[in-house]
Amino acid sequence: MQTVEPMPLLKIEQRSWRTFRFSGVTLFLWGIGALVAVALLLPTLYLIIRASSADGAAWQNLLRLRTVETLGRTLWLALTVTATSALIAVPLAWFTVRTDVPLRRVWAALAPLPLVIPSYVGAYLMASALGPRGLLQQLLETVLGIERLPSLYGFPGALITLTLLSYPYLLLSVRAALLRMDPALEEASHSLGRNVWQTFWGVTIPLLRPALGAGGLLVALYTLRDFGAVALMRYDTFTRVIYTQYQSFDRSQAALIALVLIAVTLLFVALEARLQRRAYYFQGDTGALRPPTVIQLGRWRWPALLYCAGIICFSLALPAIMLLYWLLRGVAAGETIMALGAATWNAIWASGLAAVITVAVALPLSLLVVRHRGWLTSLLERLTYSAYALPGIVVALALVFFGANHVPWLYQTLPLLILAYLILFIPQAVGTVRSSLLQIHPTLEEAARGLGKGPARVFLTITLPLLRPGLLAGASMVFLTAMKELPATLLLAPLGFKTLATAVWSAVSEAFFAEAAAPALLLILLSSLPMTVLILREQNYERDHRSL
Amino acid sequence: MSAITVRCEQLRKLFSHTPAVYNVTLSVIDGEILALLGPSGCGKTTTMRLIAGFERPDAGSVTLSGRLVADPHVFVPPEQRQVGMVFQNYALFPHLSVADNVAYGVARRQDRQARVHAVLDLVGLNGLERRMPHELSGGQQQRVALARALAPQPQVLLLDEPFSGLDAGLRDQVRGEVARILRESGATVIIVTHNQNEAFLLGDRVAVMNAGVIEQVAQSEELYLAPATRFVAEFIGAAFFIPGVVQADGLETEIGFLPQPMRQTVGATVEAAAHPDDLTLIADPQGAARITNTSYRGGAYLYEVRLPSGNLVRCEGPHTSFYPLGTSVRVELTPGHPLACFPKN
Repeated sequence: MQTVEPMPLLKIEQRSWRTFRFSGVTLFLWGIGALVAVALLLPTLYLIIRASSADGAAWQNLLRLRTVETLGRTLWLALTVTATSALIAVPLAWFTVRTDVPLRRVWAALAPLPLVIPSYVGAYLMASALGPRGLLQQLLETVLGIERLPSLYGFPGALITLTLLSYPYLLLSVRAALLRMDPALEEASHSLGRNVWQTFWGVTIPLLRPALGAGGLLVALYTLRDFGAVALMRYDTFTRVIYTQYQSFDRSQAALIALVLIAVTLLFVALEARLQRRAYYFQGDTGALRPPTVIQLGRWRWPALLYCAGIICFSLALPAIMLLYWLLRGVAAGETIMALGAATWNAIWASGLAAVITVAVALPLSLLVVRHRGWLTSLLERLTYSAYALPGIVVALALVFFGANHVPWLYQTLPLLILAYLILFIPQAVGTVRSSLLQIHPTLEEAARGLGKGPARVFLTITLPLLRPGLLAGASMVFLTAMKELPATLLLAPLGFKTLATAVWSAVSEAFFAEAAAPALLLILLSSLPMTVLILREQNYERDHRSL
Repeated sequence: MSAITVRCEQLRKLFSHTPAVYNVTLSVIDGEILALLGPSGCGKTTTMRLIAGFERPDAGSVTLSGRLVADPHVFVPPEQRQVGMVFQNYALFPHLSVADNVAYGVARRQDRQARVHAVLDLVGLNGLERRMPHELSGGQQQRVALARALAPQPQVLLLDEPFSGLDAGLRDQVRGEVARILRESGATVIIVTHNQNEAFLLGDRVAVMNAGVIEQVAQSEELYLAPATRFVAEFIGAAFFIPGVVQADGLETEIGFLPQPMRQTVGATVEAAAHPDDLTLIADPQGAARITNTSYRGGAYLYEVRLPSGNLVRCEGPHTSFYPLGTSVRVELTPGHPLACFPKN
């Protein structure tokens, strides 16, 4: 019966394929998709072109011991930062989710906050607290007469700073996994005769493995891409070496090293994507689970409390105190916040523009990725995601070369800086918009269509209002990261265009610590504002939806 | 004769080259409630989505009140079909209040408020206009979905597994309520379900679907007493099969002769679909059949009996006397009506 008819059926399928795919709207979406693809490929491709024009000496330099050493240092730092972050984050997450440690809500609320501290600010505060002639040393000198501390600069400084700033990534993912975990699994283990300790190692930790992997890779990526902390702590990883080469005008050499860095980060991003996919299978039913059972710590509560307080003290209270200290010193020395008016306005203007444009581009891109599944869109999605691998310094370097050589009328203008922000932050924006688009059940749009509204009206009255929180979240995240972004701003900002980030940097790199305090504080306050709004909204939303 | 509101003709839909709906022909007359019944994955939801316009047919056509809305050359988008749909997950717009949800599909030129009021009255939700969907119970959400679909006065109302999201206790109550609302609204309705009780309770007629094909469209009694296919016989009322040989004036089986008109040729071996109440159980120490399983079904015992041939049948016995496992019995075929016969598998 079926052998007679395959021919006409095939024809029908082809036609409907065509009418669906290439309407005016889809054409527009694909146009945006193509532009984004070009923008995302531009830095890497241009660096490859530049590198291929490098002379033999540059290639030999690349293969020299120094490059291998840099690679080793970079990987070693990423590894150690990740490991120490895990050592901090896992107990902290476990204490705050699963035990009755005193003030656990407070620790849980404070622990993610270091994420708002830019790495160069963190590094400067650490250095001025623990470094030579720092606060700690002065204190020890007056009390104990100790005149020298082991040097903070180099590896230890970079390790301490980056760990304290990036462990929240691991903390958040482990906490989420602990909260989501079905208590029945641990109960099953107990019923099979395992005690708390055996259950922790036999059931809890294996179930946390995907979260540990995903969070750990985020920490590693943070470390690989970071420029501010390693630059200030004077530890020669790839980003710092690239910057040094760039400053010495050895540009082909810088391009070559940048490509090596891209290769390394790309590897980590690919690993992370793999783990994320695997982690998906570990999530059980999404239905309402019982809340996690709370373990009574007994007299172990006090060491646990000390641990939580200690971590928060080091990662949050110490930088805050140092910031306050330098701020007061600055005020005493006659620094005024008024001088920062232009820098503040520039930072808000550039980041705000970047946020709006990035989300405006991310929306059609997400629509394409979610609503028009196919090999081409999944390729585009992967390309967007792989832009996570591009460190700010690399994108900045590529755009400087490209701008100076090919589009001089764009070089050192705001649009080129915004383009850099777009390339750097579009993965975040697409990630947020895409996930809130996925949460809109297609039946909602179908219901609206069934009630007599055309596609455009349905988009305006149903899809867009439901998407608004996601768009807002995406925009705030881009705003926040663009505010903090140092290397791209440093290399690409128009002449005389000072932002808060560059103000901190130029003060700190000349050791004017008191002068850096005011812009750093402003930067933290301004960038954490949208985040606070987001968190509050999310909590309201959760409370409303739990009231059922 | 009543007008035909929905007509599907040789409707076909393939998903990656496997047919989900295969040559479905179906019509629903004005004011009728048709239940589309079948196991999950049988294509009933796809059929409904083809009628609503959320899927394009690969072949065949859909006609709504005489207007061709879909065939391989014509495709009227869902918003122009005047089809109301109640989704399995209700699909209430989470950012709109109850009143705004219901008003969404009502045309501007109509008196929207009056219409919203009237429909909410019908479903018994007056006073909840300002609530948001997440502030409602599951049963209330479902009635909002129903009100929203009814508000624009659609030509046909489609309900997709409307009770599957409710827990068992609530389900019976809501089912009765929905049946009342549907009758009162006078709407033409297609209701998709995998639950036989729901189909029988709500449907004027029931279409049984399996593997993309409609097996039979009939009223409930007819499906039970005269199943058109072996699948219908098994799916409706869990029939079992008794082999027999076709005679000129009936069917000869190992548990008795059944005088009834036969379509098959004389001498052919066929199987008759029977239900437990078609058989009579007689306790007989000389009987060659043995009871192999028993269960109590409020009011009667249900026995599984092994015949001398090794075939298993099920029959009922009065609750006043109980026969334990292994009791020797005799079984007779006493349906009182013709049994459907199918070629042997």
